Amino acid sequence: MSKFKKKKGGDLPAISTASLPDIVFMLLFFFMVATVMRENTLMIENKLPAADQVEKLDKKDLIMYIYAGKPSRNYEAKFGTEARIQLNDKFASVEDIAAFIAAERASKREELVPFLTTALKVDSEANMGLVSDIKQELRKVNALKINYTTRKGDALAGLKN
Amino acid sequence: MAKRSAPEVNAGSMADIAFLLLIFFLVTTTIETDSGLNRKLPPMEENLEDPPIIKEKNIFQLSVNRNNQLLLKTGGNEGLIEIKNLRKEAIAFLDNGGGSGEDACKNCQGAKNPKSSDNFQKAIISLQNDRATKYDVYLAVQNEIIAAYNALRDREFKKKFPALNMSFVEANAKYSDPRTPKSEKDKLKEKLEEIKLMIPQKFSEAEPKKAN
Repeated sequence: MSKFKKKKGGDLPAISTASLPDIVFMLLFFFMVATVMRENTLMIENKLPAADQVEKLDKKDLIMYIYAGKPSRNYEAKFGTEARIQLNDKFASVEDIAAFIAAERASKREELVPFLTTALKVDSEANMGLVSDIKQELRKVNALKINYTTRKGDALAGLKN
Repeated sequence: MAKRSAPEVNAGSMADIAFLLLIFFLVTTTIETDSGLNRKLPPMEENLEDPPIIKEKNIFQLSVNRNNQLLLKTGGNEGLIEIKNLRKEAIAFLDNGGGSGEDACKNCQGAKNPKSSDNFQKAIISLQNDRATKYDVYLAVQNEIIAAYNALRDREFKKKFPALNMSFVEANAKYSDPRTPKSEKDKLKEKLEEIKLMIPQKFSEAEPKKAN
């Protein structure tokens, strides 16, 4: 007849997980606000070169992306190791650029067309031959505003010569 | 009759649902904002007129070969140049102010070497690259040349508008920021245009040579 009941065992009380959803939702909202949807799946290697005189590209809807670089590991067998152009989600040749630009222009409101910028996302290992072919093609269709997309960093640090 | 309390909804799986959504957003979105070097391509010329005659001393002629080496030809000298010295050389060339008479340069602070450029308006930087040049080398050269122009524009902007207390690059960034109010943008634009007129970016790119 003990007055004090002995505590049962040494069990720790279960940790309450009631606030776990709140924490996760908080993270979720952070990511929803701070990020943007990925547009294309890259099929090429795309290690951008660095530069320090960069300007920001705002207004994402007014940018047309042209990717170039050597096909990534999965596509090497099929497409070789020579640097190639990627438009939207597939590999393309230089001649396809004109059609791509026309399609992009058609999908925008007419008054916005003069403000369209072409962002060249080219792998730093690519050769200038490919890039100047792209540039020539852009000149032909009069898409003259271009942006060499880069990482922000010291331009000279990465060079190995 | 006693009021029956509503049964509690089991929220145990809420966390799982939230995690699922979180992971979906983590995978499908990117956090980066793009930034890069803005350039303008020259329009395609239908009928080629005679090219204007330019004095050789006003050209800063750069070529990058297939081994990513840089050749500089200016002011009567030519030779290989390290890319890390390029910015300094370009500034010295642009800022030289060797002109006299009506070509005299009011704002230049350079060496006034008569063999180098006359003034900001006359000075032209020309770049030619090989088809086998690596893209990152080409971009580093571009970057250095833009840096040279920006350094000079910063200097003149600060001298001309000391009240603003910002550099040309900062002012330009503010101008292109969509959050800047319209009235401020208009004021900035005027000032930016003035500096751009004073120090125009005369940067010519030749079509690349065929390798071999």
